[in-house]
Amino acid sequence: MSIDHEQRTGSELVAAEPDPVPDPGMEEHLPRPTDVDPIAERRAERQVATLFGLSVLFTLGFCVAYFAIKIKGRTDPPHIFGWGASNVALGGCLGIALLLIGTGAILWARKLMGDHEIMEMRHPARSSDEDREEALSALSLGTEESGIARRPLIRNSMLAAMGALGLPAIVALRDLGPLPGKKLFHTVWTEDMPIVQDVTGTKIKASDMQVGQLVNAEPGVFYDAFTPPGGGTTVEVPEGVTAQEDRAKAAIVVVRMDPDAITPAKGRADWGVNGILVFSKICTHVGCPISLWEQQTHHLLCPCHQSTFDLADNGKVIFGPAGHALPQLPIKVDEDGYLVAQSDFTEPVGPSFWERG
Amino acid sequence: MSTSTPVNTNGTKASNAAKPSKAGAVADWADSRLGLATAMKKNLRKVFPDHWSFMLGEIALWSFVVLLLTGTFLTLWYRPSMGETVYHGSFQQLNGLEMSEAYSSTLNISFDVRAGLLMRQMHHWAAMLFIAGMMVHLLRVYFTGAFRKPRELNWVIGCLLLLLGTLEGFTGYSLPDDLLSGTGIRAADGFIKSMPVVGTYISFFLFGGEFPGDSIIPRLYTVHVLLIPGVLLGLIAAHMLLLVYHKHTQWPGPGRTNENVVGYPMLPVYAAKAGGFFFIVFGVTALLGGFLSINPIWRYGPYNPSEVTAGSQPDWYMGWPDGLLRIMPGWESNFWGVTIGWNVLVPIIIMPGVMFTILLMLPFIESWITGDKRDHHLLQRPRNAPTRTALMVALMTFYGISWMAGGNDIIAIVFHLSINSITYFNRVAVFLGPIIAFIITRRWCISLQRHDNETLLHGYETGVIMRDASGGYTEKHLPLPVADQYTLTARDRDEIYQIESATDENGVQAPGTRKERLRASLSSWWYRNNQQKPTRAELEAAHHHAADEAAHDAPLVGQRADGHQFDGRHGTEGDDLAHHKD
Ligand code: HEM
Ligand code: FES
Repeated sequence: MSIDHEQRTGSELVAAEPDPVPDPGMEEHLPRPTDVDPIAERRAERQVATLFGLSVLFTLGFCVAYFAIKIKGRTDPPHIFGWGASNVALGGCLGIALLLIGTGAILWARKLMGDHEIMEMRHPARSSDEDREEALSALSLGTEESGIARRPLIRNSMLAAMGALGLPAIVALRDLGPLPGKKLFHTVWTEDMPIVQDVTGTKIKASDMQVGQLVNAEPGVFYDAFTPPGGGTTVEVPEGVTAQEDRAKAAIVVVRMDPDAITPAKGRADWGVNGILVFSKICTHVGCPISLWEQQTHHLLCPCHQSTFDLADNGKVIFGPAGHALPQLPIKVDEDGYLVAQSDFTEPVGPSFWERG
Repeated sequence: MSTSTPVNTNGTKASNAAKPSKAGAVADWADSRLGLATAMKKNLRKVFPDHWSFMLGEIALWSFVVLLLTGTFLTLWYRPSMGETVYHGSFQQLNGLEMSEAYSSTLNISFDVRAGLLMRQMHHWAAMLFIAGMMVHLLRVYFTGAFRKPRELNWVIGCLLLLLGTLEGFTGYSLPDDLLSGTGIRAADGFIKSMPVVGTYISFFLFGGEFPGDSIIPRLYTVHVLLIPGVLLGLIAAHMLLLVYHKHTQWPGPGRTNENVVGYPMLPVYAAKAGGFFFIVFGVTALLGGFLSINPIWRYGPYNPSEVTAGSQPDWYMGWPDGLLRIMPGWESNFWGVTIGWNVLVPIIIMPGVMFTILLMLPFIESWITGDKRDHHLLQRPRNAPTRTALMVALMTFYGISWMAGGNDIIAIVFHLSINSITYFNRVAVFLGPIIAFIITRRWCISLQRHDNETLLHGYETGVIMRDASGGYTEKHLPLPVADQYTLTARDRDEIYQIESATDENGVQAPGTRKERLRASLSSWWYRNNQQKPTRAELEAAHHHAADEAAHDAPLVGQRADGHQFDGRHGTEGDDLAHHKD
């Protein structure tokens, strides 16, 4: 069966077509057992009151549990099925007390409150035509009396005055933070800065690194003030906020690969030491610290969105959403054979941004 | 006609005015100052139609109340500071560690404040319920056509609530300053920096300098406990006021038309049910908070900008842009000394904006295409608006595939698949999936419509098989009860938008005709193949036919085929039935 699509306008339809089936009108109201049977009614009443009454008990249970169950002194606080006893008891009592009130109220509504459906007519959301007219005339009377239409000079200067107030609202926010300047282009790495293991802060001897090994590392200045061997101003150990900001950018990974496996880009031939290369640890996608190293393939994988970088090939992106290679830190060894930086990174670390170029 | 008094009821008793009492004196005192009676006489017996799906919005509403209560409790101990401190609380594993005050105070709430962990977990669970409740409620409103005129603005408010709720969730999730949430903030910094021209400036203003700085947590705190909750509160109030003003939509049915509203009065039935439901939602969050651990921040440790936990995942409602971020190819453009990172900009800044705009515009897009300017208070079944339904299913498919892509590492581990192949698959699926879903859904709806019409015309299948005199079998169909017939036919015929006249009297093309023609063809695409309800004449003819058939079958009633024809032990030669071909 198919009924052809009919293309008629609404008014035609209303005029032309009665409802396919006439509206039989609202169903008859059928009484519930509680409406006709006093015993059922009294039973329902008792049920509702019992639910409310039980709720009080559980609320009291909450209070008792609050004082009775010890949570401090983590040496051995009580547990229920491996859960903190206090949390389970408090949550259980509170939850049940609340559910009992809820079910009681709904049961009351369903079984005992009047259940006659009632009908109300709707009215259109729009105002009546008279109301609209009155509103418009009130509006034009007000506008007329203010003279705002007749006095453009006042109107425009007022608008300008109020518009100008937007400026302080923006200007006053200026001190939210400093301008970016060149900050994103630099890290604390400088020439001769020692490369140290993170957490312990010990220097890394080139000859101690095994092929295939990866070490998470940081600039030595996070542990000891740094004075360039050739002399110059001493850099103090950063503290507080500065320390966090520096740490967020300067983290690196030190890897040792088979020198034959490495294909350095132009100008990077002397950036490593016997197959030891250093890369920024900050993913160039949106900045997660990268952590997963597959030594067989020389791939470094970011746990956040799985960008994969080939460290034997200049940190190039070989899979995933990152847009550019991991920056490489040029390194050398000092006279005792410890790894130190040749300079700062030659490009900004971390995610890309407009001014990065 | 007065709109506030019940004009019709299936009850037997009229409601009586209350007798004066002690409470009356209080009421008089209050009314003399506030004039409450005028507002109350209209609304106390306001009618609310009943249907389980109308409860979904209430879940969102009540979990918001739970959020306000539990959140306020948390503010009493939580310290929004990134200042460094050494932890000496009850949780031994982290004893002596340096961490921010925010993290240490959250540990304190979890381990040293009685009921603190419960409130934290309830707060987080309620946040999940709040956002999930809003989403399901939104789907209900969309699939039943409740967004149509005059309710478009309430749809817009609802969309804003969903957006703000999501942001509120993100800011809250960041407050404990644990390793996971810190990683989230850092990613957010990367997102912001991807914005052309202003990105780095916004980032520096937001963080008070470089990431992480010491301002972001206190600032997010202000946003989380003051700014967004304030706006949410205002929008929710507006949402409710409009709901009351428009009166709730209702399902069509006997006595329920586009001009009236049938249901239970606000006082007492609706108040008791809705109020009771508040306690149910509250109670469920308390049980969740008591028994199910959520966001155990002590396992992640304090934030450290050079560490990350493997398998970092945002809260689930942030999962879909995160998935897009994962499947986006790593495109980046460098030109004239500047960089645009499409790999971040498109999935995380542009796409959420686009999706949100689409969501917001859905009512306006539909009413423009259909040219429908009427008020609608009767809900539609999803099948009766096949294109609309298919559109949302397509959007949901897009959402679902993106969301799944956000768990690609988990999928890879669980199903032993390579991340690369999952990613390539998702890159295609995210485009094809929605199209396929659209086509299937639309067809499905139309065949359901066809089935409805069959049922109306030929009755419903009783499951009783009749054998007629010539040996043929038919299934017995019985006509639907009249009330059901009415309900099934209580819907409008689709009207394809028609251009009034393409040219005016002088033969000049009327302005905007191009647009009108587009609209007409979109409208005919929108309604194409929809099944229209039968007319009264068609129904009568079909029922007449059914009556004939019943008369014809009458002698057979009570007899049935005994089934021996098929058991292999009885000869079937000469048995009409075994050789019957239709
Ligand atoms: C309306 C929506 C709200 C949502 C979606 C929301 C969501 C969240 C989430 C997901 C958390 C993280 C909880 C955790 O540690 O696991 C949180 C924390 C917090 N929220 Fe809310 N919240 C909302 C409203 C509020 C309100 C109204 C307040 C206060 C008046 C508040 C105060 C707090 C505080 C102080 C914290 C940090 C404490 C902690 O993490 O333990 N929240 N919020
Ligand atoms: S942050 Fe590394 S892949 Fe996204």
